[in-house]
Amino acid sequence: MAAEHPPGRTAPSPLPAGVPAKRQSLVGLSADAGSPMLADRRRRLRLVAGLVGLSALLLFAGLAAGSDGWSAAELMRTLRGPDAALIIGQIRAPRTLGAWLTGALLGLAGATAQGLFRNPLADPYLLGSASGASLGVVLVLAAAALVGHGVSLATADAIARIGLVGAAFAGALLGVLLTLALARGAQQTVRLLLAGVVVGVVLSAVGDLVTTAAPEALRGKQVFMLGSTGFLGWGSCAALGLGLVACVPLSWRWSRALDALTLGDDSARSLGLSLPRVRAVLVTALALATGLAVSQAGLVAFVGLAAPHLVRRFAPAPHGFTTLASAAAGGTLLLAADVLARSLIAPQEVPVGALTALIGGGYLLWLLHRRRVA
Amino acid sequence: MNGRRLRTALPAALLVALLPLTALAQPTLRDDRGVAVAMAVPPQRIVSLLPSLTESVCVLGACARLVGTDRFSNWPASVAALPKLGGLDDAQIERIVALKPDVVLVAPSARVIERLEAIGLKVIVLDSRDHADVKHALTLLAAVLGTPAAADRAWAGIEADIADAAARVPARLRGQRVYFEIDATPYAAGAGSFIGQTLARLGLGNIVPAEMGPFPKLNPEYIVRAQPDIVMAARRDLAAMPRRPGWSTLRALRSGQTCGFDAAQDELLTRSGPRMGEAARVLADCLASIPALPDGR
Repeated sequence: MAAEHPPGRTAPSPLPAGVPAKRQSLVGLSADAGSPMLADRRRRLRLVAGLVGLSALLLFAGLAAGSDGWSAAELMRTLRGPDAALIIGQIRAPRTLGAWLTGALLGLAGATAQGLFRNPLADPYLLGSASGASLGVVLVLAAAALVGHGVSLATADAIARIGLVGAAFAGALLGVLLTLALARGAQQTVRLLLAGVVVGVVLSAVGDLVTTAAPEALRGKQVFMLGSTGFLGWGSCAALGLGLVACVPLSWRWSRALDALTLGDDSARSLGLSLPRVRAVLVTALALATGLAVSQAGLVAFVGLAAPHLVRRFAPAPHGFTTLASAAAGGTLLLAADVLARSLIAPQEVPVGALTALIGGGYLLWLLHRRRVA
Repeated sequence: MNGRRLRTALPAALLVALLPLTALAQPTLRDDRGVAVAMAVPPQRIVSLLPSLTESVCVLGACARLVGTDRFSNWPASVAALPKLGGLDDAQIERIVALKPDVVLVAPSARVIERLEAIGLKVIVLDSRDHADVKHALTLLAAVLGTPAAADRAWAGIEADIADAAARVPARLRGQRVYFEIDATPYAAGAGSFIGQTLARLGLGNIVPAEMGPFPKLNPEYIVRAQPDIVMAARRDLAAMPRRPGWSTLRALRSGQTCGFDAAQDELLTRSGPRMGEAARVLADCLASIPALPDGR
């Protein structure tokens, strides 16, 4: 067996043929490869600039969009008013930043999942994290009602004290762990995928049974399934930010293993990659990013699936760039949806998950259509 | 001539055929789909698929005629012994048919209605969104049950309870603006909802105007800016409110101008049915126990 090398450190390089052995820069490959590569590089630069610009614009819009709808004049009035620290500082700023961070974690997780499973339909919720998290939420919501259905008062009390955020996070991680156990580790991609699907189905069925016994948990469950950014505070931002800080270097460091995986398991193995280890590390990052995002904002739809596609459609690139750009695209997408959710029918709100699907899906459809025409 | 005789006989026959209908009841009783509900014989076997309709049947004195309910019906205690037939969205059609009901009472929900009527069961659809709906449902049910006077008695009881509750609300709280949280998302009960109507009868205002619909999903910021005088919610949600971003600044939370409801009270308050009077009394009990603010309010 070849010795295990952390990818990107030492020879033999796990990079596919045609990709220069020199570590690629964030934005592109070295410029000696002629004009197609230069064009790719320009596209990537444009994408990065676009995402940064859009994010900045949306962060400002997030501060301006409140329960009175969207208005820069209203923002100035609020800033000068007595409630500025409360309304802007305690409510809008953390909600805005939190929405971006949640989207970024989902985008990152989505790109990692699609690279890891070499499947463009993979999304962050694939390995049982979504159903695990919603089961956790349902258990907390139903805890009081389950007393007398084989649950003791002390147990119910303990479950209720975990809180929704803790339960969703623990549930997401447990769902992934269950998947790993069922697949006997991360040896085989297909086995892992199948185990994830089975765990997802079984856990949602358990959740459905619990809500049948305790119907008062239904409404809370539905809200969780739709996703919600309304109650993101500075505490949530800290948790999400720490998660992103932990996951970004991890996925960047192992992204070249994903590049090698595009050639197939055998070729990747012949390049000296330890596939179980690659999968274990990336599944951990995936579970952490997804669990954090889901625990703070519920099952926001489509961001994890759409963000990597948006990035790849716009600028094909190695996995390192795709992963980071997907995080930025995911953040931009969810923040845009959040700003719209707040302003469309203010002071009422539209479920943010419905808007992410509309915006992300709409843009993706347009990209697909444009490509076909061209 | 045969033809001429027919021409004169037909309108006469029609008139004769329609006469009993017009004579029987001037306004034909129709359910909330507009379907006439008149029954030749008052129903003796009733299935109710909505808790508030179950309660209405019992309040009208026909509890003994119920042969089955949905799984959520739990008042009065006697209905617990009846067969539970699922919910509106997953009603057990076969068991309902096996019970041979004369009539099935449901809320507007397309699937179950179509299925039940296709099988040949009599279905009455009753909405219960606000006070007027509840009164209408009581009137119509009482007529169908053959005890029309019971509706007036039941409604008078609800009115008396609400009036009694209103009289017990401390004068200092009159006109105070309430935020009534239905769900922690947050969904609020607006002035146009049946809860808002009850609060109005108790002399209280609402931070959510009727134009925003009965139960709007709000931007949490709206509530912080509105600074309600009184906050009402399930006890568990109320306890968690100060931890929501910016909510610790709500004066009502800081000064204890709150009503927290346990699970049974919460269920009572969020059910629009004949127990609205009892719900008003629960609200009045809480309002009477709210501490007076130092400034004398």
